[in-house]
Amino acid sequence: MSAPAGLPPRPAGAAAAVYPGGPGASREAAAAQGGAPCYQNGPVQGQMQFPSGYGSHPPNYSVPSGHYSEVPNKAAASHLDNQYRASYYPTYYSAPAQNVMTPSVGTNVLNTQESQQLYNKTPPHTVGSAEGPIQGAIPPASYLHTNAQQSYSAFGNLYSTSVSSSVASQGFPLDSGHCTMPTTPVVSGAMYPSVSYPAAAGSVYGKAFTSQSLTAVGQFKETNTFSSWSISVPHSLQQHVPMGYNSTLSTMSSAQSVQGNLSRNLTGSAAKVNNQINTGVQYGGYVNNQASSAPAPLSSSSDDEEEDEEDEEAAIDSSSTTSSASPVLNNYDALEGGGYPEARSVTSSPVPAPSVPQTSKASKPFGYGYPTLQPGYQNAAPPTPVQPSNPGHHPGLQHYPQQYSGVNQLSSSLGGLSLQHSQQPESLRPVNLTQDRNILPVSSVPAPVPNLNSDLRKLNCSPDSFRCTLTNVPQTQALLNKAKLPLGLLLHPFRDLTQLPVITSSTIVRCRSCRTYINPFVSFIDQRRWKCNLCYRVNDVPEEFMYNPLTRSYGEPHKRPEVQNSTVEFIASSDYMLRPPQPAVYLFVLDVSHNAVEAGYLTIVCQSLLENLDKLPGDSRTRIGFITFDSTVQFYNLQEGLSQPQMLIVSDIDDIFLPTPDSLLVNLHESKELIKDLLNALPNMFTNTRETHSALGPALQAAFKLMSPTGGRISVFQTQLPSLGAGLLHSREDPNQRSSTKVVQHLGPATDFYKKLALDCSGQQTAVDLFLLSSQYSDLASLACISKYSAGCIYYYPSFHRSHNPTQAEKLQKDLKRYLTRKIGFEAVMRIRCTKGLSIHTFHGNFFVRSTDLLSLANVNPDAGFAVQMSIEESLTDTSLVCFQTALLYTSSKGERRIRVHTLCLPVVSSLADVYAGADVQAVVCLLANMAVDRSVSSSLADARDALVNAVVDSLAAYMSAASNLQQSMLIAPNSLKLFPLYILALLKQKAFRTGTSTRLDDRVYAMCQMKSQPLVHLMKMIHPNLYRIDRLIDESTIHVNDRVVPQPPLQKLSAEKLTREGAFFMDCGSIFYIWIGKNCDNNFIKDVLGYPNYASVPQKMTQLPEMDALSSERTRSFISWLRDGRPLSPVLQVIKDENPAKTDFLQHLIEDRTEAAFSYYEFLLNIQQQICK
Amino acid sequence: FCILSYCTIFPYLVFQIITLSDLECDYINARSCCSKLNKWVVPEVIGHAVVTVLMLISLHWFIFLLNLPVATWNIYRYIMVPSGNMGVFDPTEIHNRGQLKSHMKEAMIKLGFHLLCFFMYLYSMILALIND
Repeated sequence: MSAPAGLPPRPAGAAAAVYPGGPGASREAAAAQGGAPCYQNGPVQGQMQFPSGYGSHPPNYSVPSGHYSEVPNKAAASHLDNQYRASYYPTYYSAPAQNVMTPSVGTNVLNTQESQQLYNKTPPHTVGSAEGPIQGAIPPASYLHTNAQQSYSAFGNLYSTSVSSSVASQGFPLDSGHCTMPTTPVVSGAMYPSVSYPAAAGSVYGKAFTSQSLTAVGQFKETNTFSSWSISVPHSLQQHVPMGYNSTLSTMSSAQSVQGNLSRNLTGSAAKVNNQINTGVQYGGYVNNQASSAPAPLSSSSDDEEEDEEDEEAAIDSSSTTSSASPVLNNYDALEGGGYPEARSVTSSPVPAPSVPQTSKASKPFGYGYPTLQPGYQNAAPPTPVQPSNPGHHPGLQHYPQQYSGVNQLSSSLGGLSLQHSQQPESLRPVNLTQDRNILPVSSVPAPVPNLNSDLRKLNCSPDSFRCTLTNVPQTQALLNKAKLPLGLLLHPFRDLTQLPVITSSTIVRCRSCRTYINPFVSFIDQRRWKCNLCYRVNDVPEEFMYNPLTRSYGEPHKRPEVQNSTVEFIASSDYMLRPPQPAVYLFVLDVSHNAVEAGYLTIVCQSLLENLDKLPGDSRTRIGFITFDSTVQFYNLQEGLSQPQMLIVSDIDDIFLPTPDSLLVNLHESKELIKDLLNALPNMFTNTRETHSALGPALQAAFKLMSPTGGRISVFQTQLPSLGAGLLHSREDPNQRSSTKVVQHLGPATDFYKKLALDCSGQQTAVDLFLLSSQYSDLASLACISKYSAGCIYYYPSFHRSHNPTQAEKLQKDLKRYLTRKIGFEAVMRIRCTKGLSIHTFHGNFFVRSTDLLSLANVNPDAGFAVQMSIEESLTDTSLVCFQTALLYTSSKGERRIRVHTLCLPVVSSLADVYAGADVQAVVCLLANMAVDRSVSSSLADARDALVNAVVDSLAAYMSAASNLQQSMLIAPNSLKLFPLYILALLKQKAFRTGTSTRLDDRVYAMCQMKSQPLVHLMKMIHPNLYRIDRLIDESTIHVNDRVVPQPPLQKLSAEKLTREGAFFMDCGSIFYIWIGKNCDNNFIKDVLGYPNYASVPQKMTQLPEMDALSSERTRSFISWLRDGRPLSPVLQVIKDENPAKTDFLQHLIEDRTEAAFSYYEFLLNIQQQICK
Repeated sequence: FCILSYCTIFPYLVFQIITLSDLECDYINARSCCSKLNKWVVPEVIGHAVVTVLMLISLHWFIFLLNLPVATWNIYRYIMVPSGNMGVFDPTEIHNRGQLKSHMKEAMIKLGFHLLCFFMYLYSMILALIND
């Protein structure tokens, strides 16, 4: 607790967000102390709350110069600085497209850029052609000089700076600079012809580099300098001219990767103090500092979750290993820590380094590190991918960042390829939806990047954890209303992160009035005070905060990890507990009625449990228990010392009681043998049961009683409609109404029993997870309440049968494996704070809203997503940035109290066009889906469908009327929203919202539950699956992941027109993969990949791809496993032939096609257009 | 006799407003707030209905008509609670879609209405006493 003494009326525990909220009294306490934010405006409210860019440069410079002092020529560094500053403003304000306007220069730029790309593709050539006569060598050089004189584009400017500085400083031989330069052009020249420069296929960077590093170390003499040089250029470009420069990179992440590279170069070169590289180093370092300019150049700034930074100590350790080479390394490591983990881990790992010559040492890690970077990178969208509002893209340049940042970026090229040289930001480029048929990007859609200055952007929270529907927040509610787009946040707060700065510190610095945690977006007024970015109160910096454990320096509070990372985790002190942290407690409640035994799920569950018993998250205190039920409730005494498990049957289900209170939940480690015995015996214990009733309600009540002293997790397996005791339900579904187009009833719960019980559970920190495995209607709408309000999760396996339905059985098995082993947080609460003026009015997800902004989560799991809707209560005119902060306080399975804090910062805009430019279509669609679920439960399905269509109609109409120069007769959408109608159509065809097609009520309700509780990434896959053609996977566009080649086929439209009979297609629906094989599919493919001689012999139920020796098989498998790696639940694979019964499942995902009950995409567009014109 | 029944409804409304504002300010949690409030929904409905009927019986047409819409609204609200909800005030929903605010607004309007009625009854009571 921060400065408890200083805290006025609130007790120390008032730590608003963070009440474990245990038993009743504590909840009251939390509530009483919690909120009541008495906002106090900071004195300088009108001022930008965050110093953008320039303001804070000076302090930074002091730091860089520190580095430079380590390297020979400090003079050069300062010189650079001066130059830079001198030229900064002019460059910044230079006309946007100058570079492109001068043809010769333009081409040169292109050349050099291309060279990088080419170079990546064909490394051997690089070496071979090094002395090649190519024209490239001279023009770029001359170009450089011209630029230097004219100082007319950022590119030239920077470059000249570096050149001149090298001359001036004399610190290192001149030829170092020259040496670098010629290499590049030569390379570029050599490569130029061989590359097609639109390269939509997106030659992938990682691959190239791996092969390089593998092939030969020697080549890297050139490459190394080259990379340092070439990288730094685009990077600096972006830094300097974020808006103007037409051919600038569009991504920020490139900048990050650039930094990664730079640091690698730096390390290598610094180690040897090789002059040649030194140029690159100096230069790179310089750029680096610019990049991380505002708050602090030094220290790990990690948006990027890949970093495996256990805590500061770890960081120090790792960097200290590096620092054995040179002190500079250490610094840069720290600096780069956030940017590119691999950079650090690789450089710091001594393995690759010593074996190679020093020069190549720099590049070796580069090639080596990159592939390892990929897996995380793929599932996690890059920290700050495409800058949407970047003015027109220049294709040549554009590829460059993409190669670095992997697949996610590729799609941006699609948008960019259309060569927009207009002044309009790319995301506002009008797209004629009715004419433009290929709106789908090549690869998955990236999250738009808030239009912030680069420093903030780099610090900002990863879009995977935290996304806002409008990355440009409108200034007033009126403007928001005008835009007709919902404002809200999509959260995935407990996502599995491979790297996360963990902070152990006795004082957790928080704002004294609104209890906001200190974050990268606060401003330090001076050394001693900071201004809260949410309520603008000026707070004191506690003494302890002045010391930075990362750099072991004093007096630099702005360089603490809390201020350098927007996602951090604190180890909380006892102030954040109302009771000692609870142990991990798991209770399994299993249905053993006739129906359940018949379905045979018990075997799978027990088997999975046996396998994963040791992997259950927990410590030595972990406890476990079992309850089974049919018409009675059976308890199992597993007390240590018993020779075998003892079954205790309670048949009085109207007044359930616990037969023995203490020996039902037992310590996992002490009673392991008994538990194993029980799990082995359970599947066969009830084989001959004739009991068909199910007393779920009483069993749950018993479970609640059992859990209430500790809290924990109850996993309920249910196979039918509960028919006995409290909470019994009646069948409400009328099968004849399944395909009705009119009213769909019974989407809400039938009784409040489950809701009440869930709230009781939530109060006792117990979550109930429901596994529903039933073949008949089980009233999921009512049963789901038990999980919804206790923050549990819901799994549903329609028509589950162990042998008759192997796909579902396999799915259960895989889901269980993930379920049992995934991370879990107990007794959690989450609070979402936002800048004064914004307020949250609706929450979506599985939890109980305990007070206005406090969500009580009995358990939190990494697969849970949340959404909130916001409104703008007060106009945001006096601020240019808004921030959102979620703080999740939980008890880890190891009994540690932890707080995970995410902070997102977004710009405020005042024009409608900017609002549209910043719209995040995926987030908008997910939020709308959540709202539509609410609407269909509270009102009716038809209303919800209308609302969805109206959302498109209204927003597009508003856009078209705002952009008055457009013809009204066409359907125009801004580029940022071009996928909006498609996604909405996809939503309307979801099981949750579709009408006219036969949909079982439970399926529908389950789809709705999914929409409420899935995080954005999973939800988008469900709404709009990815379709790829896989019978012709080629090497051309591949990426490297852990030494595996992963092909990257382009996305296909979800339309039957794309399914040719000659092809084989792969559909990724998130939880299930389909492979569809055309009738005339190439026999080689069937033979090599599927392992069958011809089409006819492929079996109906095929769920696995054999390991064949052929290249195509390898490619396919690596592609699929790459997709699998990216998600927590490993999906089930289904191979589908033309006459397969599962074909309908597959075809229903082709949402662009017309069905008997729904529009095709084109019809839908026409329909929208009609409504707009009305 | 009108005034007597009013003595019961008044405290309830004040109580309702206090509880709601407590919730708004985060002093109590939604669960306890709603259970407190839901307990009093039925008495309020019954009380108000009784008063309205009494007005009809005593042939105070004007006051009866004044009371009728409010009574109807109360009953409507009570009947229209979805089957899965825990009463008029549902802890799981109260923070969503501005429900808290609308409840608050409704309570305020009712309070104003009852205040008006209270003085009206007081007036008619005094009038009746004088006439006697």
